[in-house]
Amino acid sequence: MEFFRGVNVDWMGKVKYFVGLSLFLLALGWISIYRTVVVKHRTLYGIDFRGGTLVYVRFAGPPPIDKLRKGLEQAGLQNSTLQGISDSSSVGSKNDVVIGLEQSASDESLDAGKQKILEVLQATFGGGSASRPDFNSVSTPDLAAELTRKDPLLLGTSAGDRYNQLAQHLTAARDSDHGGIVTNFDQLRDVGGVTPSVINTLANDYSLSNFAVRDAEIVGPRVGSQLRHQAVWATLYALGGMLVYIAFRFEWVYGAAAVIAVFHDVLITLGFFSLFHYEISLTVIAALLTLVGYSMNDTIVIFDRVRENLRLMKRESFTEVVNRSINQTLSRTILTSGLTFLTVLVLYIMGGEVLRAFSFAMVVGVVVGTYSSFGIAAPIVVVWNKYHGGRQQGMTVRAGSAAEKRVVAAARR
Amino acid sequence: MNAQLKWKFVLILIVLLLCILGVIGLPTSFVQLRNNIADRIHLGLDLKGGSHLVLQVQLQEAIGQHCDETVDELTKQLHAKNIGFGEIRRVDDTHILVRNIESTSTGSFRDLVNSQFTDWTIAPAAGENNGYELSMKPSVIADIRQNTMNQTLETITRRINALGLTEPTIAFTGRSDDEILVQLPGVGDPTAAKEVIRAGGQLQLVRVVDGPFGSEAEALAKYGGVLPPGTVILPGRSESAGPAQTTGPVYYVLDKVPIVTGQDLRNADAGPSPDSPGGYEVDFKLSTAAAGRFGTFTEQQAAIGGRMAVVLDRQVYEAATIKSRIEDSGRITGGFSEQSAQDLALVLRAGALPASIKYLEERTVGPSLGADSIREGVRASIGSMIVVMIFLIIYYRLSGVNAVVALVLNLVILVAFMAYVGAVLTLPGIAGVILTIGMGVDSNVLVFERIREELRNGKAAAQAVDTGFDRAFLTIIDTHVTTVVSAIFLFLFGTGPVRGFAVTLVIGLIANVFTSIYVSRAIFDYHLSRMDRQAQLSI
Repeated sequence: MEFFRGVNVDWMGKVKYFVGLSLFLLALGWISIYRTVVVKHRTLYGIDFRGGTLVYVRFAGPPPIDKLRKGLEQAGLQNSTLQGISDSSSVGSKNDVVIGLEQSASDESLDAGKQKILEVLQATFGGGSASRPDFNSVSTPDLAAELTRKDPLLLGTSAGDRYNQLAQHLTAARDSDHGGIVTNFDQLRDVGGVTPSVINTLANDYSLSNFAVRDAEIVGPRVGSQLRHQAVWATLYALGGMLVYIAFRFEWVYGAAAVIAVFHDVLITLGFFSLFHYEISLTVIAALLTLVGYSMNDTIVIFDRVRENLRLMKRESFTEVVNRSINQTLSRTILTSGLTFLTVLVLYIMGGEVLRAFSFAMVVGVVVGTYSSFGIAAPIVVVWNKYHGGRQQGMTVRAGSAAEKRVVAAARR
Repeated sequence: MNAQLKWKFVLILIVLLLCILGVIGLPTSFVQLRNNIADRIHLGLDLKGGSHLVLQVQLQEAIGQHCDETVDELTKQLHAKNIGFGEIRRVDDTHILVRNIESTSTGSFRDLVNSQFTDWTIAPAAGENNGYELSMKPSVIADIRQNTMNQTLETITRRINALGLTEPTIAFTGRSDDEILVQLPGVGDPTAAKEVIRAGGQLQLVRVVDGPFGSEAEALAKYGGVLPPGTVILPGRSESAGPAQTTGPVYYVLDKVPIVTGQDLRNADAGPSPDSPGGYEVDFKLSTAAAGRFGTFTEQQAAIGGRMAVVLDRQVYEAATIKSRIEDSGRITGGFSEQSAQDLALVLRAGALPASIKYLEERTVGPSLGADSIREGVRASIGSMIVVMIFLIIYYRLSGVNAVVALVLNLVILVAFMAYVGAVLTLPGIAGVILTIGMGVDSNVLVFERIREELRNGKAAAQAVDTGFDRAFLTIIDTHVTTVVSAIFLFLFGTGPVRGFAVTLVIGLIANVFTSIYVSRAIFDYHLSRMDRQAQLSI
């Protein structure tokens, strides 16, 4: 099976279209960023980078958003945001709500906002009391301790590890099979090791709220800006490192072209983030780094071929060499990009809410990263060559250098 | 198969076995197999659930405290050496100003500072007559910061271990030199743990000079606005619950220097309070050396009806008249519940924090969310891997199988290596795995496309494979080294999630070079050695 054979496209003749496309995509995203940041005074950053509080709550049924909003307003949390999550891929997650709160500098303690939100939830929807804690929020060790104390299986001193295991089974059933929220203790009947007396003990000792706090994030403002700086600088250093390596292996203009292409990719992806209302979080940074690596990989494959062809095709112009190189690697490019695109698309569709923003960045990044290799990086090298003495001063000097021969020899061994 | 090829396969087999051993160990049952895998593959908090706290140590406090101690000590020495001076004042955390030193004594003042206060540099103060300014040496400041951080880390570690939580991580964050990271796997609500970590735990037994007073001003007024030297005003415990103390805030004048501190404790335990039914107290025992000192003190004070205060974190918990000599035990009361008494006993046993702390970041991942992300992430990854592999086999036929073997081996090596070095798999780490898989597929595609090209150019199978690998090798090395270089920078300059990404990426890419070049080549060679020279390569 083979898709692309003997393709002969004049890629470099289409540079003006590429430039147009890139400018269009950049403008599209960055106008959206401008509108968000300057016009609407909102930030693109997620909680990781701007600081604030996020509480993820799952309800047993459709979330009573209005009731919740009213409760929050009564508690003086007018500036809180509520966002329902719709996600069909995991059990019960259609009923998730994220409560967000901006970090105010006046809060004397970091988790004041979170505590208030929890109070509102308990006051509005009922919850565990001191005598009968909420089963949906009990931890495995606490549950094990309680079971050991009550001893529903009448094991006495021979209980050993049994109750620990039972508690593990129970919380695992709650978290995995029931999506973190049990509405009736009878739901736990089929869990391994559970007897009616265990159910009775649970029903006596625990209450069941119809919500469960699944996740809470609180980031102080100082940490936010620190994380931001560090992520940016680490990325810049990494780009610098790549530039130097490519400059060493090829020529500095190739390094510069690759880095410019990667910048182009990151800028477009960020624009799309704003366009589709995703927030930039730490996981998204990981996705951007992945896309940097991916785009770089793609660019180097083409450059590598250019370097090789410059040695083989002594008579052709530099532009022809580049065109030929892109055409020769096209089959590989389409295959690899296609497969990677497929992978991240599956992740985007099936990967769940946690990975959504991450996989979105990857889906956009793979497409843009592939395109930028022939649409941005290669033309930069061609244009540079045109204005700086043609191909004689191109790669011929360093191609086939001693270092390269050593590598080839090593491969043969 | 020739000897060289045989050795290649032996090496590959050894690597494979070592990797499998690294992941599953030597299980004797299915349950053990599952446990082994769970033990060896370390999941980050974002995947398994738990609490993640970042706290900041208020280092300035420790530096300021050293400055205060120096002011006290210097005052004492100047009196002892009969060096007259106008005033000693702490300017800020690292500077002390001594004004109007007798002109005849400036020489001995300088000698004193230079010989006994070696942490400080001395210089004439600008605009002062016979005034000197002492500055803390930068090396001393650095030492204090370092020691305070180390001590805080140790203390917090002791406290958390005493809480009996499983596999906690307590470490410096590395992103700023005053931050400590605490990770508590499986803890869904960190409120209780946070209290224990944050508690100051500075216990002092101090002589009461005077009090109680209704306000600080009242106490000051009694002494004409200036406290007697070596004393200090401290508030009574604000949340005192006893009915006798409903009279509002109280203040005591106390000796600055305690008789006994928390460091002199041998043990501390919570127990029911005999005085108030249902209440709890903390009983403590003193070390032998402190007990002697304490005995002498209490005997003297009992004779003159003196009083003593139990001070915890600069709050007076109890002030009582000493009735008789007390040897080595004492107690702290004050309306504790069973839990709060136990927590306090724990904090006292673990030792005091050298400076107070402040929380900067708190993330709790509920176990169900962690379970969700693992399940969904793994399901999606396996799903897409299968699709990719099926495609590779359809597109490249037998050679595609070769690529699938290389990819699977790549993943096995990656997982095993992470198990061996104890690296933690986090969500960003999964991003690294995805890039690894992507580049793994790419390496194979590069080689195969190259071989196809050579075949098209009329080369025989063996030669095409040879040239294909050689040419693709260069490209693969260039792409991989570039990415590894960037990952190294990310590791050096990044923190937390960025590092997790970098670690999996580097391991994955090294494995990738091995599988897609060495292993894949070996399989090709084996295949070529068995097939007819003129036969077609299945690619």
